[in-house]
Order: sequence, then structure tokens, then C-alpha cells
Amino acid sequence: MGKIQLTQVRKSFGDVDVIPGIDLSIEDGEFVVFVGPSGCGKSTLLRLIAGLEDTTSGTIAIDGKDATNLPPAKRGLAMVFQSYALYPHMSVRKNIAFPLKMAGMPDSEQAARVERAAKVLNLTSYLDRRPGQLSGGQRQRVAIGRAIVREPSAFLFDEPLSNLDAALRVGMRQEITELHQSLKTTMIYVTHDQVEAMTMADKIVVLNAGRVEQVGSPLELYHRPQNLFVAGFIGSPKMNVLDGAEAAKHGAATIGVRPEHLDIGAGGPWQGTVGLTEHLGSDTFLKVTLDSGEVVTVRANGDVALHHGDRVSLAPQAGKIHRFGADGKALA
Amino acid sequence: MARAASPRRRFLTTLAAWGVALVIFFPVLWMILTSFKTEASAVAMPPEFLSADWTTENYAEVWQRSDYPRFFWNSVVISVGSTLLGLAIAIPAAWSMAFVPGKRTKDLLMWMLSTKMMPAVAVLIPLYLVFQRIGLFDTKIGLILALMLMNLPIIIWMLYTYFKEIPGEILEAARMDGASLWNEIVYVLTPMALPGIASTMLLNIILAWNEAFWTITLTTTKAAPLSAFIASFSAPQGLFYAKLSAASAMAILPILILGWFSQKQLVRGLTFGAVK
Repeated sequence: MGKIQLTQVRKSFGDVDVIPGIDLSIEDGEFVVFVGPSGCGKSTLLRLIAGLEDTTSGTIAIDGKDATNLPPAKRGLAMVFQSYALYPHMSVRKNIAFPLKMAGMPDSEQAARVERAAKVLNLTSYLDRRPGQLSGGQRQRVAIGRAIVREPSAFLFDEPLSNLDAALRVGMRQEITELHQSLKTTMIYVTHDQVEAMTMADKIVVLNAGRVEQVGSPLELYHRPQNLFVAGFIGSPKMNVLDGAEAAKHGAATIGVRPEHLDIGAGGPWQGTVGLTEHLGSDTFLKVTLDSGEVVTVRANGDVALHHGDRVSLAPQAGKIHRFGADGKALA
Repeated sequence: MARAASPRRRFLTTLAAWGVALVIFFPVLWMILTSFKTEASAVAMPPEFLSADWTTENYAEVWQRSDYPRFFWNSVVISVGSTLLGLAIAIPAAWSMAFVPGKRTKDLLMWMLSTKMMPAVAVLIPLYLVFQRIGLFDTKIGLILALMLMNLPIIIWMLYTYFKEIPGEILEAARMDGASLWNEIVYVLTPMALPGIASTMLLNIILAWNEAFWTITLTTTKAAPLSAFIASFSAPQGLFYAKLSAASAMAILPILILGWFSQKQLVRGLTFGAVK
């Protein structure tokens, strides 16, 4: 079990309302990602769920029981920290066994569980090493091992891959996703990296200034952003946003078109000049300055032969224009 | 980038360092030399540096005339006792100041430290009277309490500095792992801060061992430590420099040995946090 229900959860530090009031439901077994820019309150929200911060008001229910005032250890949750937070004076074996020791589990059962977790995470040959003798990826695995031995009702991950290099990050991302598929335990994962959010989540919660901007599956957020903030945050490169006369033509205050939904070819409605081109091999990103003065990004195929200063005409794909009202909300 | 020092500059710096070290060490050296002289050569003018009649008689006489083992034992009990009691109070205090600071934590720390700037003589009479009234005068317990209170601000300050270096996330991880506050301090904080705790302990043992003002004032015979033992040799009969030096050497020798063997730990402790 690992159903978590937040009702009007508020957190303020002094006079500053970091989270003005959030309602959120996380189902058992879901992989939920909290994503948002720095300072949006996603880590604070995770820490409120963990019990590491006290809520100012509102309730947090775990598996139907009010856990708002429970200490962290009594909530049945396990957390993996950005800095790994391993105990440097203990071996990997003792690190992983620590929560079991605290729970007063017999030594034989502790050993069996540690062995099992080490096998799942490929840590068997490192069990007698200290954290200082491990690489970043191995340390993160130990932190995950320490979390899984407790068999918690939910895992909380606070930007766990931020300290790893790009290649390792991709590998660990897949490992965590596979772990979720095999354990089928609720996971709440905090990141500022929307690629991590898109690739790992069953459900993404986009946060901004302590408020939930949108909750939905990765593709829902990509295809149907409810407002300009989500439209700009989800997708890489960012959605192109145009306003003024061009938006008015579509009956909106602002329109958005994703770079991959702009076709290059003769006869397109938007004319412009190619500026910067970035060749990634599989794709080419072109910055095009439209004649109206706005700069848009176009995602073209890898071998497109356009250069700085070339004239192009662009056409947004049919049905791929997102329309937003003056208040930034999506129009039906 | 490291600055390369020229050999000449390095030589001069080393020479200056040796010069300063010698000046600091000279009184101790002179005391040890004097302890092996006869009383006559100890007060000879001009001072005899090496041409004295060497003798170990002073040590024999000091040993015979006084109960050195009792003074020594009192010093051990008082310095170790006050340090351990201080640590037992300071570890939780420093923990709360480092990890759950309040609005006034910094002010509280400054105030605690400022009490060290108060001249001890200002509280001499009240403390003397209090000790006499409640029966703590000339007791080891009394001195343990007095010295613990004198050094508590320093112990808390030092531990606070060490604890601040420990990432809060590790303690939060322990809390998530089900550690109670007690387990968090015993299994996580203390082992991680052990080098700092050890150097705080050593420094405070040394401070308590060397403390003379309170130990001489608040004791007569029963609880008197080695500082009182030295003072007892500047007796009414007059000053006998050779014997006084022998007594002083016997009093400082144990702590000198402790300091010598733990100097690496002490230096590390005192410069902790200064460089990463």
C-alpha cells in the first residue's frame, strides 16, 4: 500500500508562504514526479510528506491514516537524498542494514535482506567498503538499497541524480524505472529536469511558486498543457510562443507551437531568416527570426542543409497550435 | 596555487619558527634544568646554565615530603571528570544549537563565550562561600563541577563548530531510517564528530589539569590536585627553587606526555573547519 493524500497542505517559513495550499492525490504504486523550476517548493513538498518539515496547516494522509503529525520514521516511507546522505563511518553493509537495526530486526533477517538488496542493485562485491571508496553511482545505489530494505509503502527521491554525470544519470534513470516496475511501490520523485520527469513518470505534478500548475501523464502535459507555464516548462527545446497579430488570427492572446511541429518548406505562412543552427546528428535545431521580429526554434531532421542567413518559410502542423487566453490559460 | 618559497626565505622562516619555539619552551627547559641543580646553584648569579652540580636529590625529597600519588590522582579525577561531565552536557547542547537553531542561538553562543572574558576573581567570594555552605569545599565533586562550568562554554563552542560541519541531510536520513534522537546522536552524530569530540576532550583535560586559580582556592588537602602540590612548595620556609622546579616538573610531566602524543589530534581539532 502506498496511497498518499494531501489536503490543503500549507507551509510557510515566517511570513513567506512557500506552499500556499496544495491538494494532491497519489495512488498506490504510481510513479509521481514533482517538477518545477528552482525554488518552486517541490523539495519542500516532498519533505512535508516525509515528515522532515512540519506542515503549517492541512493534512497528509498515508494509506488512509492521518500522518500529518507523525515523525518521519513512523510514516513507513523511505527517502533517497540528493547528496546520498550515507553514513561515512559505516560499511555499505551497515549503511543498508541501519534502518533494520533501528527497527530492532534480528541479525539473521537483517543479513538476508541486505544480501537481497545488494543483489538487486549489483552491490554484493562492495558490501564491506566504506561510502568514501565508492563512485557516485555506486553511492546512489547504496542509498537506494538503504531505502528498499525497509520495504516502505512509498519511496521519496529528492533530486537523486543531480550529482551524477550525464551518462551515469541516464543509466540510473533506467535503473530506478526498472526498480519501480519490479517493486510496484509508490515512488515520488523530485527533479527540476523535465526530461527525467517525462521519461520516468506515470504522473507529473508541475509546480510553480508553491502551486500545482497541472497534474497529468507526461503525454497529457505535452499535448494538452493547461497554461503557458506548463507549455513552456514541458518539452525540450521549449515551446515557441507568439502573441500579437499572429495569435489574434487564431482567436487567442498567445499561441504556442512546439519546435518539432514546425515544418520547413515553401509556401508556409511564416517567413524568416535562419540564425543559429545546432547540429545534434539526429536533429538540427534552428533559430529563425521571423519577419515580424519574433525568434522561433525549429526542430528539423539531422541532415537539413540550412545555414546562417538563409531565408525559410515555416508552417505549423495542422492541429498542433496551442491557444492561450490573456490570463495564460489554455483555450478550448 | 601554492606559492613557491625560495630556499633562503624558507631557511629564514624556519629559523624564526625555531627562535619563537625556543622562547616559548625556554621557561619549561629552565625549570627542568633547575630541578636537577642544588639549591645553591639554582639561585647562583650569574645563572648557571650547564656548569651546575647535577643531582636528582630534589625529586627524591619532593617525593618523600609529599604525597605525590594522591595529588596526581586528584588531578586525574578532576580533569577527566570535569571533561566527561562537560561533554555529557555539551553534546546535546551543541547538537540543538547546530541542527535546530533558534532565533537567538548565535546570541546565546556569544553570551556563553563572553562569560569566559569575566575575571574569575569577580565570582571568587560568592563561589567560595557557596562551596563552604553546601559542603563542596575541598571535595573532588566540587572541583569537577566548578571546572566543568568554567570550561563548558569552550566545550560547547568547539563541538558546535564540529557539528556544523556535519551535513544535516545525514541526520535527516537517520531520522527517516527510524533512529530516535538518542540513536541519532549515538550511532550517527558522535562517530562522525569523533575526531572533534576527541580533540575537545584532550584540550579540556589539559585546561582542567593546568587550572590553578580555582583548584588552589577551593581546596585545602583532601581534593587538592597537582597545581596545589606545586603551590605547597612555595612554603612559609621561603622559596626553594630547585625543589619547586622538581615539583613543577613532576606536575606537568603527565600532561606534557599526553599533549606530545596527541598533538596531531589537537592541532587538527583546533584548525577544524578552517580548511576543507
